[in-house]
Amino acid sequence: MLEPRIIKALEEIVGDKNVSTEKADLICYSYDATQQKFLPGVVVHPGSTEEISRIMQLANAERIPVFPRGAGSGFTGGSLPTKGGIVLTTERMDQILEIDQENLVAVVQPGVVTEAFQQAVEKVGLFYPPDPASLKFSTLGGNVAECAGGPRCVKYGVTKDYILGLEVVTPTGDVITTGGPTMKGVVGYDLTKLMCGSEGTLGIISRIVIKLLPLPEAKKTMLVLFDSIDGAAQAVSAIIAHKIIPTTLEFMDGRTIDCVRQATSLQVPEAARAVLIIEVDGDREFLDKQARRIAEIIAPLGVVETRIAETPAESEALWQIRRSVSASLRKVNPDKFNEDICVPRSKVPEMIRRIDAIAEKYAIPIVNFGHAGDGNIHVNIMIDKKVEGELEKAEKAIEEVFKGALALGGTMSGEHGVGIAKAPYIPLEITEQSAAYMKAIKKALDPNNILNPGKIFLDN
Amino acid sequence: MKKLEDYREEIEQCVKCGACRAHCPVFGAEKHEGRVARGKVALAHALLEGEVDLEAKVLEDFSQCLLCGSCCAQCPNKVPTEEIVAAARRRIAGEKGLTSFGKGVAAVLGRPKLMNALAKTGGALSSLLFKKLPENSGLRLRFPAPYLDAERTLPPIAAKPFRETVPELIPGREGMPTVAFFTGCGINYMYPAVGEAFVKALRFLGVTVLIPKDQACCGLPAVSAGAEQTVEQLAAQNLQALTRQKADFVVTACASCNAGVGKIYAELGEEYESLAKKTKDIFVFLAEHGLVEKLAALPKAQQRKKVTYHDPCHLRTRGITKEPRQILAALPQVEFVEMANAGTCCGLGGTYSVYHYETSKQIGAKKAASIADSGAELVATDCPGCIMQLQDSVNHAHGKARAVHILELLAEALPED
Repeated sequence: MLEPRIIKALEEIVGDKNVSTEKADLICYSYDATQQKFLPGVVVHPGSTEEISRIMQLANAERIPVFPRGAGSGFTGGSLPTKGGIVLTTERMDQILEIDQENLVAVVQPGVVTEAFQQAVEKVGLFYPPDPASLKFSTLGGNVAECAGGPRCVKYGVTKDYILGLEVVTPTGDVITTGGPTMKGVVGYDLTKLMCGSEGTLGIISRIVIKLLPLPEAKKTMLVLFDSIDGAAQAVSAIIAHKIIPTTLEFMDGRTIDCVRQATSLQVPEAARAVLIIEVDGDREFLDKQARRIAEIIAPLGVVETRIAETPAESEALWQIRRSVSASLRKVNPDKFNEDICVPRSKVPEMIRRIDAIAEKYAIPIVNFGHAGDGNIHVNIMIDKKVEGELEKAEKAIEEVFKGALALGGTMSGEHGVGIAKAPYIPLEITEQSAAYMKAIKKALDPNNILNPGKIFLDN
Repeated sequence: MKKLEDYREEIEQCVKCGACRAHCPVFGAEKHEGRVARGKVALAHALLEGEVDLEAKVLEDFSQCLLCGSCCAQCPNKVPTEEIVAAARRRIAGEKGLTSFGKGVAAVLGRPKLMNALAKTGGALSSLLFKKLPENSGLRLRFPAPYLDAERTLPPIAAKPFRETVPELIPGREGMPTVAFFTGCGINYMYPAVGEAFVKALRFLGVTVLIPKDQACCGLPAVSAGAEQTVEQLAAQNLQALTRQKADFVVTACASCNAGVGKIYAELGEEYESLAKKTKDIFVFLAEHGLVEKLAALPKAQQRKKVTYHDPCHLRTRGITKEPRQILAALPQVEFVEMANAGTCCGLGGTYSVYHYETSKQIGAKKAASIADSGAELVATDCPGCIMQLQDSVNHAHGKARAVHILELLAEALPED
């Protein structure tokens, strides 16, 4: 419990209404999508950079841990108040400050919801491509902190590729700016990239300068059913080898198709053991040609059926198959561990085979789907926590999945980050020297370890 | 009715993904986790685990829900937050007693005679009590009553309740079905013209209409207030009124009544099942009986009014979105235009807007902006409550659109008897 004088000081900074120690509020800010729960000592809703700065000065002087939070939709516990202290939520800072149509740049506050931003720029013919699955509710601040990805990354890259500059409140309460609204800039260290994906451990993002693109005129969606995961993976390589980079290349494995089959009205034949959803975008007149070309390229690779959407409604129906995955998984088992490994794209079939072997070894269902275009596989280990021994088996399986991905030259996380969920596995991927380098940066910027402590690296 | 404990399994199905944040109108206005389904489900779980008591903040968060069902419809795991919140409110009312307003709701709704008397007095005093707004402001009166904000614009109370102006039985053609008209309070006391339009539409089709005098409120405001006994009492009275004479269908022209009789009653026991099953929304009934085709055969008017449609939550969440639009679009004098956010709650939420008028107004303001953007001169819907809120929102936004029931437009288009 925080001392009353601290609460009073916080109230002086942000106003009584924006500070709460009520049990109900502490419960409401105790969780994220990992389903773990840690009660904070206080929840604070700042409304400006200056307020965040003053909160950090106070917290640093008093050695109180601060946990920044966007929408609380992360999968690795990045925003969980694992040590009590202050939950600092950016929900109130939700303004789009500028959309500069001449320079294709926007400036936003961190609490702006990603989809709301996309819609705002699309209204004026511009485009912000990063599209994490949580885009309807996750915030841009959270997206930057975790360097969110999404299906369109194969063509357009991830969040950090669109961040030109930031305003950041440091753990000691200073306000710094990184980068700026120019397309080029090489003065000093690239602190913007350092902050992107730093999971709220190095600073609190209070303003974001975003690069925009022209909105593509149209898009075309194809759904291709394959008789094996190898066919689907070869198709991905073949398309890219023919110098076509689709906007998205989403895949689902056989187990996923089995789950989805009951959850969708679209008929999926029994012979289909892998699915690719391919979307291309650009000038309308080229799309039909490009879709036909893709169909020709992949035809010899075990294609069971190809469906090409002719209208936006048909396109939506094809995407519905992908969207129904999440809910349909519950039919397999009630509890899910959603890991997001990433391997070189040519290694996807090998990785799926390894995962299938792990599933067999521990006798637990593992369902795989994800972004084949960039080798990012969502590995869903489905268990029933109430069954004795299942949790332990899942933990062993997860470790083996990580080791398998690393052995193929991959990574433990393509887009969810480390948080607390993957912190124990960090030594598998990052060498001691590299980790020491990272920790030295953290130590220099946050000498009292008050900002989001215990995330990414386990506390000693 | 089900207790909060009965929802334990559903409560534990919430995986805290946060998807509900994108769809909750209250969260959109208030930006606080306690206001959104995920937060309320977490609080419900904490209540079951004894981690939190029914303290003021918990009561406040549970009161901050429109029961619009948007979260349930979009939830990947289909967690029925709407039902969980209603169950929590019943628990709160059971342990803490009803709020003073809740007591008022229960007292008035539970005594139809008192309600009639109050309404008649209100109707008679309308001209004395209410200050007229300019004609072009859309609606008409200020309502300086306790619990009702002086800024709110409300329709006048009918000089005579609708059910007192019509016979109980209006015979139709032989071979056509018999329909029991569940009028609901909105139509009976505030929008009698909608009731008249309902009768006109069914007479046009040759349907026999029963309008039982002794029907009562559907009970939805009591559900919202957590007044469990009142809900059960009203349901029992309506069961008797609606089954006294044999009807093939019970038809509503109010989304809330449709959910009350057609959905909530089904939870009350076996004896209500057949009543719930034969309850239909008026536009579903009309569409099933060929009205769309009949309207389409009428010559289109030279000058048509631009009309948009607002989906009432209690129809949208029951999957009824197509038929009201079909009928509206088929009207000869109407040019139908879709508006953005047609399916978002208007912000009334029954008793919600009484407790939380400021937030209700903020939610309504977004709707008013969508109506204005659509360029429509009329916003039509299928729920008297929504009409009231939509008009209030448009008035606050100094908009020009008028809120109407689709039945009023339908009645204009149909030939006189």
